Amino acid sequence: MSLYYTASDHFVLLPAILLALFGCAVLLFDLTALGSPRQRLWLPGLALSGLGFTAVALLRQHMLVAAQGVEISAFRGAMAVDRFALAFNWIFLVAAVLVVLFSYRHLRREGGPDHAGEYLGLVLLAHCGMFFLATSLDLVTLFIGLELMAVCFYVLVGFARDRRSSEAAIKYLLLGAFSSAFLLYGFSLLYGLAGSTRLKDIADAVANQGPGDPVVLLAVVTSAAGALFKVAAVPFHAWAPDAYEGAPTPVTAYLAVGSTAASFAFLARLFVTPLADAREIWDPLLAVIAVATLTIGNLAAVTQSNVKRLLAYSSIGHAGYVLLGLVAGNNTGLNGVAVYLLTYAPMTAGAFLIVAAMRRTARPAAAPLEAVTAAPVAASPRGRSGATVMEAQPELSSPRLEERASADDAVAATAEPAEDVDDFNGLMHRRPGYAIWMLIFLMSLAGIPPTAGFLGKYYIFLSLIEAGRYVLAVIATLYVAVALYYYFRIVRAMFAGEPDPPVGVAENWGTKVALTAAGVLTVGIGLYPEPFLRLVQIAGMR
Amino acid sequence: MPASFPDLYFPVLLQVVIAFAVATGLVAMAFLVGKRVRGKVKEMPYECGIPPTGSARERFSVKFYLVAMVFILFDIEAIFLYPWAVVYRELKLFAFVEMFVFIALILAGFFYIWKKGVLNWSREEPEVVTERRYPDAV
Repeated sequence: MSLYYTASDHFVLLPAILLALFGCAVLLFDLTALGSPRQRLWLPGLALSGLGFTAVALLRQHMLVAAQGVEISAFRGAMAVDRFALAFNWIFLVAAVLVVLFSYRHLRREGGPDHAGEYLGLVLLAHCGMFFLATSLDLVTLFIGLELMAVCFYVLVGFARDRRSSEAAIKYLLLGAFSSAFLLYGFSLLYGLAGSTRLKDIADAVANQGPGDPVVLLAVVTSAAGALFKVAAVPFHAWAPDAYEGAPTPVTAYLAVGSTAASFAFLARLFVTPLADAREIWDPLLAVIAVATLTIGNLAAVTQSNVKRLLAYSSIGHAGYVLLGLVAGNNTGLNGVAVYLLTYAPMTAGAFLIVAAMRRTARPAAAPLEAVTAAPVAASPRGRSGATVMEAQPELSSPRLEERASADDAVAATAEPAEDVDDFNGLMHRRPGYAIWMLIFLMSLAGIPPTAGFLGKYYIFLSLIEAGRYVLAVIATLYVAVALYYYFRIVRAMFAGEPDPPVGVAENWGTKVALTAAGVLTVGIGLYPEPFLRLVQIAGMR
Repeated sequence: MPASFPDLYFPVLLQVVIAFAVATGLVAMAFLVGKRVRGKVKEMPYECGIPPTGSARERFSVKFYLVAMVFILFDIEAIFLYPWAVVYRELKLFAFVEMFVFIALILAGFFYIWKKGVLNWSREEPEVVTERRYPDAV
């Protein structure tokens, strides 16, 4: 038995096993549980404890890798835990924990009244896919990880089951399948070159073949296209704003942080190890794509009136910065990719989670309109599985749930998300706490010094200057100014806008814990970066 | 890379050419040599001997798709049993444990669709299952 599944195999795979196990457990326990309302408490609790066990497994891996200073290889080289894998796995874990915490009661408004088991199960299984993306050294495992993550996200994006959400899901699904086909085409060429699916063997084959070879060129371009789609780099970015806008907002946060970080892990694995010798092909390609991504992402964000779309375009812009770290290609650049993604996780998740908490309150003038929309729903037996706005109607008449207690939960009951920049008008006067957290996240996204976002940008610019790519560094710096403009549109609305819109904040302790964690991380990484920087020192990997 | 691409892939090219030749040849032979009978009944779409009624483009109940999807999933999972059976003697206990895990996962999926009411053909709405879980929500 030991021949096929060794102790080190198990040690490396343990986080994925735990995630899959708890994912399935959440899914199945949701069906078996007795119909007590308490199960809403323990399902997220079960998911969180799964993530806790995963954290312990990761910590053990981390301590062993740190103590021995070498990678732990498993499955005869198909997977390996090294600093690279660990750094990214910590980022995924942060994203997953924040999303589970935040979704903790928001599920009922965002994703509908039921399906909590499916939602949490999919979040954990997507995390499992991300784990494989960061840890695999083999094309087959990498692809399975990518698909495991992507399939979970296709479902999660369509989770609200209203028009917008379904449209977003179908777009994401179709374009995602298309990009997977590209990726597989590139993989098949790489396999044809090397006769092996191991990244190490492919690296040797590419080195032998030389970068001038047309097959290498074709393989690089097609696999790059597939991978760049997932990070929403520019010619392949069209799905991102729609998917981000249509998805339930906690899912958007997870998509923006987890999926993007995992795809960058995948991209870095692919380009740094096996395609290193084809650098002269992909270097100009990636540089052009990075600049285009920065340009489109930042300029398109300027005109958006919907905050989710604005943040979607801005995250396209952020993908451009991370790509520049890969283009620089030196140790600082590689570390920069990890640092950027680590800082990007809490600030982006935080910003999206605040948007998720914002709700329209029922305005007196709008009340007759809402009554009209609700009337046919009440008559129809299928109303409960309809759009989120409609689901909330029966809840209004039920004072029994403890959530009804505070005034803010009456806000939540209208369930209509408030996502426009105008909805943030005067937030500072109504909910100063939320406005200040949002200010911190936006400052961090813009890259203003005391926050974490500055650190990521600093690393990227430094790596570009070290590599002598001054033009790219200047372009990247210029877009920081553009970004400042559109982020501060939201800030201006919050602080200087008239407190006119009928918008409230739907909160519960899960929301508060998640937002506090994201905020503390954002400020903490900015103020005291050393331990975090040590966590994501990935350069010096093979 | 050993030898050159043309040498390596020539047999593949040859096979493609032969495949095309056989396929077109057979169709052409049937077209040239075969006897053709035309008639109203002959040109009707064949539907197991029953006279066809209406268009085939109708809306099907979503139950058909659910069952088809579930069938394909389990069918594909069953395919993994064949290579397993082939190498079972070689892998001994490891293969046994692996298959145990595999079957357990399949059963988990089976349990899920069962509880979700996918297998319940006659019930109106599968969602009813979820309805009872929040008795105090409405």
